[in-house]
Amino acid sequence: MAVFRSMIARKFSSATVQSLRVCVVGSGPAGFYTAEKMLKAHKGAEVDIIDRLPTPFGLVRSGVAPDHPETKIVTNQFSRVAHNERCSFFGNVSLGSSISLHELRQIYNVVVLAYGAESDRVLGIPGEDLKGVHSAREFVWWYNGHPDFSKLTLDLESTDTAVVLGQGNVALDVARILLRPPTELAITDIASHALAALRTSSIRKVYLVGRRGPVQAACTAKELREILAIKDLYINIKEADLLKTSADEEEMKNNRIRKRVFELLSKASSSGAPHPSSGQRELHFTFFRKPDKFLESDDRSGHVAGLQFEKTTLEGRDGSGNQIAVGTGQHEDLNCGLVLKSIGYKSTPVNGLPFNHSKGVVPNIRGRVLSSDLAQPEDGLYVCGWLKRGPTGIIATNLYDAEETVASISEDLEKGELTSTSSSTKAGREGLLQLLESRKVQVVTFSDWEKIDSEEKRLGSLKGKPREKLTTWKDLLEVTTK
Amino acid sequence: MFTCKSLQLGAQAIKGLSKASRILKSTSPALITPRKSYVQNLRLPGREPFSTTATGNAEAGNEEKQKITVTFVDKDGEEKQIKVPIGMSMLEAAHQNGIELEGACEGSLACSTCHVIVMDVEHYNKLEDPTDEENDMLDLAFGLTETSRLGCQVIARPELDGLRLALPAATRNFAVDGYKPKPH
Repeated sequence: MAVFRSMIARKFSSATVQSLRVCVVGSGPAGFYTAEKMLKAHKGAEVDIIDRLPTPFGLVRSGVAPDHPETKIVTNQFSRVAHNERCSFFGNVSLGSSISLHELRQIYNVVVLAYGAESDRVLGIPGEDLKGVHSAREFVWWYNGHPDFSKLTLDLESTDTAVVLGQGNVALDVARILLRPPTELAITDIASHALAALRTSSIRKVYLVGRRGPVQAACTAKELREILAIKDLYINIKEADLLKTSADEEEMKNNRIRKRVFELLSKASSSGAPHPSSGQRELHFTFFRKPDKFLESDDRSGHVAGLQFEKTTLEGRDGSGNQIAVGTGQHEDLNCGLVLKSIGYKSTPVNGLPFNHSKGVVPNIRGRVLSSDLAQPEDGLYVCGWLKRGPTGIIATNLYDAEETVASISEDLEKGELTSTSSSTKAGREGLLQLLESRKVQVVTFSDWEKIDSEEKRLGSLKGKPREKLTTWKDLLEVTTK
Repeated sequence: MFTCKSLQLGAQAIKGLSKASRILKSTSPALITPRKSYVQNLRLPGREPFSTTATGNAEAGNEEKQKITVTFVDKDGEEKQIKVPIGMSMLEAAHQNGIELEGACEGSLACSTCHVIVMDVEHYNKLEDPTDEENDMLDLAFGLTETSRLGCQVIARPELDGLRLALPAATRNFAVDGYKPKPH
């Protein structure tokens, strides 16, 4: 394997006496920022980034909305990291199936897990499995051309109403994609199957439903401003929902985001038209509603036809001083043919990894993975990003997160606490590639990715899009062998 | 080396400082915010060189006048003084001088990584108010203060000579209980 030989050659020519072999699992923002900071902090470190997909950049590629190209500019910086001579990217390598965590720890001095959150929280209410009920993540992966969800059957033509559960930025993203004129999306890198479906979509009304009020809405001002500015969109926010209690005032007082989000909602409520005009698309902000159950359609068996909500009111405080939504016993139904649950992503463990199932994170102290009994840190095993702190924050959060994890690694190295570094030399990159070759894993290097990248850009230019994503495993892997 | 285009803009800025923003607005009406477009025009010349025939030497006499002194104070309190040509953003100036200021979105107002703290209130007051778009990003900045700005939106002007900018310290601990991450 040519790749393998060149890797060995590179390794031997640049070998340093005390080289530190580091493997970062996951090539999203957490992974790339970790790699960048490791390379900077340790001149003798050789950093390999593996990813289960043939494409790098994680949620920057499969999460960031297609109409947010500026947010994706950060991939320029990540690409510079990947081009560092001490850094390599190996895609199509899946932790758990291509290689086990145990094996990785044998091969590398330091393993940093940054594989994020690829599952969803569930509501655990009746009817959640009905057809037409999806997680927002599935919908996002679908419109962003993630190869695991390009075949998702999403019926946008049997209903005029979609309900989005949740009011965070992901909820706003999916609502915006449903409501934005498809002509505006046609010039983005949205997956072509999604664009085609949105062009024939019959959805006109989207409800964004939150358990709490406008003061507690989890979105940020930028995303809210953007959806409120969609052309010819009727916005409905009940004025009564905007009445603040003193507890609300208290919550807002020291929270700049909440203050500005509330102001935007108030302004939108007072400045909009009282009724939608005929055929106009509608966005309804529905506050103080908790989903009870999904309702099944009478005519389409197994398909969702609506939701039953319980009205809520705010009481007391949780540990962080936020008010809690409690049911009032009053119920209300809402008819719809599509539900997108945007209630949070969830990380999943791999074999041999301590995991806190209730929090959905790997137990850690400043990025040092703790053993299952929480008694001591696991030797040479670290964590960063959503797997470390839970699925919240923006891309930049990972910058600080990576700084913390890398600082812990540096501290442990200085104190000589990594026994993995004092024992025999680790095989590192060549060990990994040898093992993958023996298992016939088709490794996708960064230059292979660049072939995918230029092919996507070429296909995009034919359609006036910045890129036309390849959306199947087969297409992605085929391009790399050309 | 600095670019021809930037020098011209710099000259305009010197002639009519108070009009500077209006000039900029009129040069690129198609873009969302004038400041944003200005910064984009000037963005990272080292990586995306503009075609230019002007040489640094020919303007050497004027160059001193067209630069201001800016001091960056890093997380550990260490200071670095640099000369910044009029019209250049602090993000770009930091990058050209090896100062570790992130710029994830390269000045397109889509992130908060070039957050700087203006250390002197007088200087802060000389800056134009942040736009809604900049404020939206400042919402998400770590260690936000009353005099926080995005480095990509602070453009060198003569009256900002002596500007002191602190890089916010990353003191967050992600593991401690009670840590409340900002919503995304």
